[in-house]
Amino acid sequence: MQVHKYDVVIVGAGGAGMRAAIESGQRAHTAVLTKIYPTRSHTGAAQGGMCAALANVEEDNWEWHTFDTVKGGDYLVDQDAAEVMAKEAIDAVLDLEKMGLPFNRTPEGKIDQRRFGGHTRDHGKAAVRRACYAADRTGHMILQTLYQNCVKHNVEFHNEFYVLDLLTVDEEVTDDDGTTRTEKRTAGVVSYDLASGEIHVFQAKSVVFATGGVGKIFKTTSNAHTLTGDGMALAYRAGLPLEDMEFVQFHPTGLAGLGILLSEAARGEGGILRNADGERFMERYAPTIKDLAPRDIVARSMANEVREGRGCGPKKDYVLLDLTHLEPEHIDAKLPDITEFARTYLGVEPYTEPVPVFPTCHYAMGGVPTTIDSEVLQDNDTTVPGLFAAGEVACVSVHGSNRLGTNSLLDINVFGKRAGIAAAEYAAEADFVELPEDPTRGVEAMLSTVRDGDGGERVATIRAELQETMDANMQVFRSEKTIKEALGIIENLRERYTKVQIQDKGKRFNLDLLEAVELGFLLDLAEVMTVAALHREESRGGHFREDFPDRDDENFMLHSMLYKDPEAVTEGTQGIRFETKPVVFTRYEPMERKY
Amino acid sequence: MSTTTEAAEPASTVDLPESTGGGITTFDITLKVRRYIPEFSDEARWDEWTITMQGTDRVLDALHKVKWELDGSLSFRRSCAHGVCGSDAMRINGRNRLACKTLLKDLDTSQPITVEPIKGLPVEKDLIVDMEPFFQSYREIMPFMIANSPAPSAERYQSPEDRERFDDTTKCILCAACTSSCPVFWTDGQYFGPAAIVNAHRFIFDSRDDAGDMRLEVLNDKEGVWRCRTTFNCTDACPRGIEVTKAIQEVKTAILTRAA
Repeated sequence: MQVHKYDVVIVGAGGAGMRAAIESGQRAHTAVLTKIYPTRSHTGAAQGGMCAALANVEEDNWEWHTFDTVKGGDYLVDQDAAEVMAKEAIDAVLDLEKMGLPFNRTPEGKIDQRRFGGHTRDHGKAAVRRACYAADRTGHMILQTLYQNCVKHNVEFHNEFYVLDLLTVDEEVTDDDGTTRTEKRTAGVVSYDLASGEIHVFQAKSVVFATGGVGKIFKTTSNAHTLTGDGMALAYRAGLPLEDMEFVQFHPTGLAGLGILLSEAARGEGGILRNADGERFMERYAPTIKDLAPRDIVARSMANEVREGRGCGPKKDYVLLDLTHLEPEHIDAKLPDITEFARTYLGVEPYTEPVPVFPTCHYAMGGVPTTIDSEVLQDNDTTVPGLFAAGEVACVSVHGSNRLGTNSLLDINVFGKRAGIAAAEYAAEADFVELPEDPTRGVEAMLSTVRDGDGGERVATIRAELQETMDANMQVFRSEKTIKEALGIIENLRERYTKVQIQDKGKRFNLDLLEAVELGFLLDLAEVMTVAALHREESRGGHFREDFPDRDDENFMLHSMLYKDPEAVTEGTQGIRFETKPVVFTRYEPMERKY
Repeated sequence: MSTTTEAAEPASTVDLPESTGGGITTFDITLKVRRYIPEFSDEARWDEWTITMQGTDRVLDALHKVKWELDGSLSFRRSCAHGVCGSDAMRINGRNRLACKTLLKDLDTSQPITVEPIKGLPVEKDLIVDMEPFFQSYREIMPFMIANSPAPSAERYQSPEDRERFDDTTKCILCAACTSSCPVFWTDGQYFGPAAIVNAHRFIFDSRDDAGDMRLEVLNDKEGVWRCRTTFNCTDACPRGIEVTKAIQEVKTAILTRAA
C-alpha cells in the first residue's frame, strides 16, 4: 500500500474535473485521479453548444436563460442555483475563449450563437440564439482546451487510476445550543492503479468528485462504456444521500438501434422530425417551438408516434430526422460530425435521405447533492467538510427534472470552476483528517471477492439483463407495473452478482476485474433509481408515469433524497431510506409547462 | 462559418422515399488478435476466434464479444465507442484504425481479421500500449494558446476566415493512429510524430496566438518536421479525416519563410 498526501484530490478528468483542476492547481497541491486518459472523457462527445446570454446575435439576457432553465426542468430546479449558472455562463464562455477555444464566429468576429431546444426569448415567446458552439464538436473543443490549459499549468494527472472508495470519518460535533451529533468528514480516497494492480491511498484535505454520469445502466445510450456512476455509487456506499435519481434524460435523436448521439443542433440548424406518414409531428405536440421543444417532450412525442403505429422501418420502431431541405454546404459547415456518424454507422446520406432516430439514454439529472459552492451535502442542511462535487455526478440542482440542451457543458464549467476554488480555499484553512485504521480494507475485500469468485455468473450477462430491463421498463414511459418489473429483476441480478466469476487473474491492466466492480456500481444505482421512480407518483420532466400522467405540485414539488440504510425499508425495498428536500424558489411560481 | 441564414419553413408533410430498411443480416467472422501478457509469458502469440456478428457491428463489437463471452483476459482500451474519444486506435488488417469506427461488413470477412496493437509504442498487454512517449511529444510543442496582449474584457475577436485557417487541425482526438503509422516514428523513437505537429499547427495558424515562432523553433529541431518523408501514411490513418501531411507541409513552409 502506498500513501500519498495532497491538499486537493480531484476524481475524474472530464470537463468538470479539469476545470476544477485549473483553479485548484494554481492555488493548492493538487492531484487528478482519472480512470481513463483525460482526453478520452465523455465531455468530448458533446456536440451542439454551450448557452450563455452573450446577446451576440440577438437580444438576450441571463434572466431569460434562468427562466428557461427553471421551466425546462419542470420547476424542480433550485432557482438560486439556476440564477448562478445563467449569470456566470457569460464569464464561463469568455474564460474558455481566452483559454483558446476556437468558437465559430459571426461576420464581425464575435462568438457565434445558434438556437437550441427550450432556450427562448422573453419567457417562451420564440426560440433564441443562445448556444455558443464550435461546429458540432463543442464538447470536443472544450475538453481539448481544458486539457491544453492543464498542460500549461502543469496539473498532475494520475492516469488510469480508478477510485474505488471514499474515506470518511465520523466526528462528534457539538452545536451552539449544546447538542451533539455525528458528522462525516473527508479523509481521502482509495485508488487502484490499472497498470500495476496496486492500491494507493490518497490522503487529502479536499476531495472533488467529477466522475460523470451513469448512462451504462441502460442498453440504448449515448454514453461511453466507462460511464458507470462510480462517484455516485461511492458517495452512496459511504452513507451520503443521492438526490432526484429517478430523473434520467433520453435524448430524442440517437441513431436508431445504436444510440449514438446526433446533436440537437441538427434541429437548431433547421432539421425536423417526421413519422412514417412524412408528417412533421412536433407541430401537434408543441405548436409554438415544435422540434425545438425540450428533450423530454420531444423524446416522449417520438415514442408515442412509434407506439401509435406511425414508426418507420421494417419494425416501425423509429422516426426520421429530416435534414434534406437544408443546403449541403450549410450541413457541412455546421453539422459535419453527426452527418458523418449517419453515413458511417447506418450508411445513410443525410443530404438526400432522412436519418433513422430514436431516444437514447443521455444524462442523469440527479446525483450527489451539493450547495451552489459545490459542497456535498450529508443531509438537507449539513455539508461534508472537505468533499465537493461538480458536473453530471452532482445534483445542484440546476437541471431539475429535465436538463435543457447545452446546460451540461455550462454546468461543468461554472460548477467545475466553483468546486476547484472552493476545494483549494477549504484546504488552505483545514488540517488533514487522520486516515481510518486500515484504510484499504474495504477495497481489498471487494476486489478479492470478485477475483476469487467461482460462482460461474458472467459480468456481461448480468449487465446485459440489467440494461434490457431498464430499456424495457424505465425509459420514457413508466408505470407502477413496469417499475416493479424492473425492480424485481434488479434484486435478482444483485443476488446473482454475489456469484460473479471473472477469467483474468492477472494484476496488469485487469479490465475484467474493473468491469465487475463497475457492474456493482450500476446495480446499486439501478436499485436507487427504480425505488425513487416508484415513489414519485406523478409525471414531471424526464419522469413520466402513465398511471399518474399529471404533475402533482401539492405532493411532489420536492427533491428525493435516498440513503443507504440497512435498517430502512422504502417501497418494499430493504436497505434504502427515503427523505425529501424542499425546492428553492426565488422568482418563478410554477406554471403549466407548454411550448 | 457565418451566422445562420434563415431557412424557409419545411413542409408539414412530405412523401417519404421507399424504406431502405431490411432484416438484420448476420455473418461469421474469424478474429485473429495479437496477444501479449508479460506477467505470464514473454512471448507474444496469435489467438483466433470464430464468432457470429451483425450487419452494423464494428471491430470493437467483435472484441467485446470475445472479452465478454469467450476470454475475459483479452485487454484493450475503449470508451465512447463512436470515434470521438480516441481510446481504441489499433492495427486492423495491417492498417491503423479506430476499432469502434471500422464496420466488419466493410472488411473482407472471408479472411481472418487481424488485430494488433499500434506500432512504435511499448506494448503493455495485448492491444494496450504505453501512451506516455506520445503525450510527451505533444506536451513539448506547447499545446496551449499563448497571447501576449492583455485579454480584453469580452472575447478576442477573430474573423470567420481566420478561424477557418486552422479548423482542420482542431479535429484531432490524440488517438495516435497517425503517429504510430509513420515509418520514421517506428525507426526513430525521438521523432515528434505527426500528431504533435498537427497540434502545433492548430496554434501556429491561430490568429489569436503569439507563440508561433517558439513552436516553429521547437519543430525546426533535428527530431522535428524535417524527419517527415511525406509518405502520407498519417493522412490515410487519421480517423477524423485531417489532412495531416498537408498540415506538416504547411509547418515546414512556415519555418522556411520565417527564416528567409
